[in-house]
Amino acid sequence: MSIIKALNITKTYNSTAVPVHALNGIDLEIEKGEFTAIVGPSGCGKTTLLNILGGLDHPTSGEVSLAGTNITTMQDGKLIDFRLRNIGFVFQAYNLIPVLTTQENVEFIMLLQKRPKKERDERALELLTQMGIADKASQRPSQLSGGQQQRVAVARALASKPQFILADEPTANLDSHSTSALLDIMAKMNKEEGATFVFSTHDQRVIDKARRIITLEDGQIISDETR
Amino acid sequence: MTKLTKNMYFTLAWRNIWRNKRRSYITIASVTFAVMLACTMRSVQLGSYERMIETAARFFTGYIQIHKNGYWEDKTIDNSFSYTEDLIEKVASVEGVLEVVPRIESFALASYDQKTKGTMVLGIDPEKEHKLTEVKDKLVEGEYLEADDQSIMIAKGLADYLRVGIGDSVVLIGQGYHGTNAVGIYPVSGIMKFPVPEQNNSTIYLPLKEAQWLYATGDQLSSLSLVIDKANHVDRIVAGISKDVDLEAYEVMGWKELMPELVQGIEIDNLSSKVMIWILYIVIGFGMFGTFLMMTAERMYEFGVLLSIGMKRIKMQFVIFLEMALMATIGVIAGVMISLPFIIYYHFHPIYFGGEMQAAIEDFGVEAAYYFSMQPSLFYNQAWAIFLMAGILSLYPLIVIHRLKPVKAMREN
Ligand SMILES: Nc1ncnc2c1ncn2[C@@H]1O[C@H](COP(=O)(O)OP(=O)(O)OP(=O)(O)O)[C@@H](O)[C@H]1O
Ligand SMILES: [Mg+2]
Repeated sequence: MSIIKALNITKTYNSTAVPVHALNGIDLEIEKGEFTAIVGPSGCGKTTLLNILGGLDHPTSGEVSLAGTNITTMQDGKLIDFRLRNIGFVFQAYNLIPVLTTQENVEFIMLLQKRPKKERDERALELLTQMGIADKASQRPSQLSGGQQQRVAVARALASKPQFILADEPTANLDSHSTSALLDIMAKMNKEEGATFVFSTHDQRVIDKARRIITLEDGQIISDETR
Repeated sequence: MTKLTKNMYFTLAWRNIWRNKRRSYITIASVTFAVMLACTMRSVQLGSYERMIETAARFFTGYIQIHKNGYWEDKTIDNSFSYTEDLIEKVASVEGVLEVVPRIESFALASYDQKTKGTMVLGIDPEKEHKLTEVKDKLVEGEYLEADDQSIMIAKGLADYLRVGIGDSVVLIGQGYHGTNAVGIYPVSGIMKFPVPEQNNSTIYLPLKEAQWLYATGDQLSSLSLVIDKANHVDRIVAGISKDVDLEAYEVMGWKELMPELVQGIEIDNLSSKVMIWILYIVIGFGMFGTFLMMTAERMYEFGVLLSIGMKRIKMQFVIFLEMALMATIGVIAGVMISLPFIIYYHFHPIYFGGEMQAAIEDFGVEAAYYFSMQPSLFYNQAWAIFLMAGILSLYPLIVIHRLKPVKAMREN
């Protein structure tokens, strides 16, 4: 069974003078364990699509089912809870809570899920070690580099072992070295933990690391290839 | 530093407050300042009321008086009543009554040489009167009256006006019982100084017997004033006496009834002082609101992230509410802590003005002194006011979070 299933998604923004048709009939299925990139030129609808797949925004029409649950009609409070239990998020930047340390940030979702302290500590340390930033456990985000911050964000997203992780241009603000380091870590976690990643990018080096590449243009899928 | 895991909400709130140290310090300091100012202002205000009530009730009318029914409406010497052992006994037997003090009260013109002035004449039992009003302590010159004396004590302001000294004879002219002439000439045996100007400028004391002779009342009295054990027992004692005495013949009144103008004056003054305090709080409130507004606006992106990753709105609202409550609490505690030692000190050492200041203030008919109250309500009322305001102001961020859409919140930064 697909972990993500989108049926005929459209999204029209009416806030502007001329309505913007950001997505025009997207059909998409993503299986558990995939490592998928959504690519395409700026303004093609990548962010819009990821937001809808993550339940952060509602499609104008169409249906989204995540892990067998239709979230399209889900009520706000339930949806927040659904995200907490099933989806990991990594955003372009400023993912972290500035007043919490690295380790606390990684533990945060588990804390919201009320997991026991021992489990949280072990998991956070394990992840930080795998990310190569265990020595930064007690530092605040402002004391980390952009690449390190994104790694903490990935660790936080992974910590509670969600059904899948959505990352919207996670490398957009990183230099090429940090970009490949972050991608390597994501690929490693995909292999070792079987974590499902869906990320958007327009960086060719990032695209090269993906196993499935979905290309959007004007809100439509124009190609979908798996290597 | 607090550990996140113990209480996540508290830790988040606490650390968020100190994200912008300077702003939080200023906000807390403004609350502290307002509370300090309000506590001090209220302390002086309530202190002055307590003092007014004390000088008026405790040192002048007594907390409770008994008269012939109708006397208070029409305070003439004709409305006097007979002194009976039976009545005194009934009154004295009520629990809390320590002393029953008889008085004759009337008016007279006092003349000496070229000067004449309308005065208030009190016929007193010198020993009992002292138990009621501690009047012996007010003596600044001469001798305190004895029951059989045929002389007067005169208040300092009045003595100065008439230019009389000890041994000079003052003529009193008034109207006695049922229209008789009341005329007497009495040497001054003592001069008293009262803090309340009105009293200081118009009072003459005469022994009770002499006053009864002057006003031709026989054994009659205008009032019985009571010395009681505690000021706040007034209502109970009034009720106790009212049960025993004939209310057709007598009226029993507590100080609030005796001095409705005072009570009303205090209420009006108190209201205007409360309005002042609220204006102060509203000004401070705008400052607090500015802080709350910024704390919310600059964190929209963060709120968007938190909502995205699955933090419930109510939890975020709770954190924000805690932040505001914590700042308000710190401000209130600091304000009370700073003002408390001053208020305690000045409660026991009232500030008296001298010289020109004294004269200027007394011109307004009030005592030239600051008394500080220590009523607990004066402190916790400030706390309530601040918390109420913080509560109302925090509605703004709570509503913002309630309406937050994750995508929109994160786009706007
Ligand atoms: N809130 C909005 N209101 C109006 N139009 C919007 C809104 N969000 C996105 N759009 C429009 O929808 C289209 C798709 O935007 P989207 O952000 O999904 O593109 P993107 O592929 O993520 O672009 P980029 O690579 O620049 O991040 C664009 O034309 C954009 O201008
Ligand atoms: Mg985008």
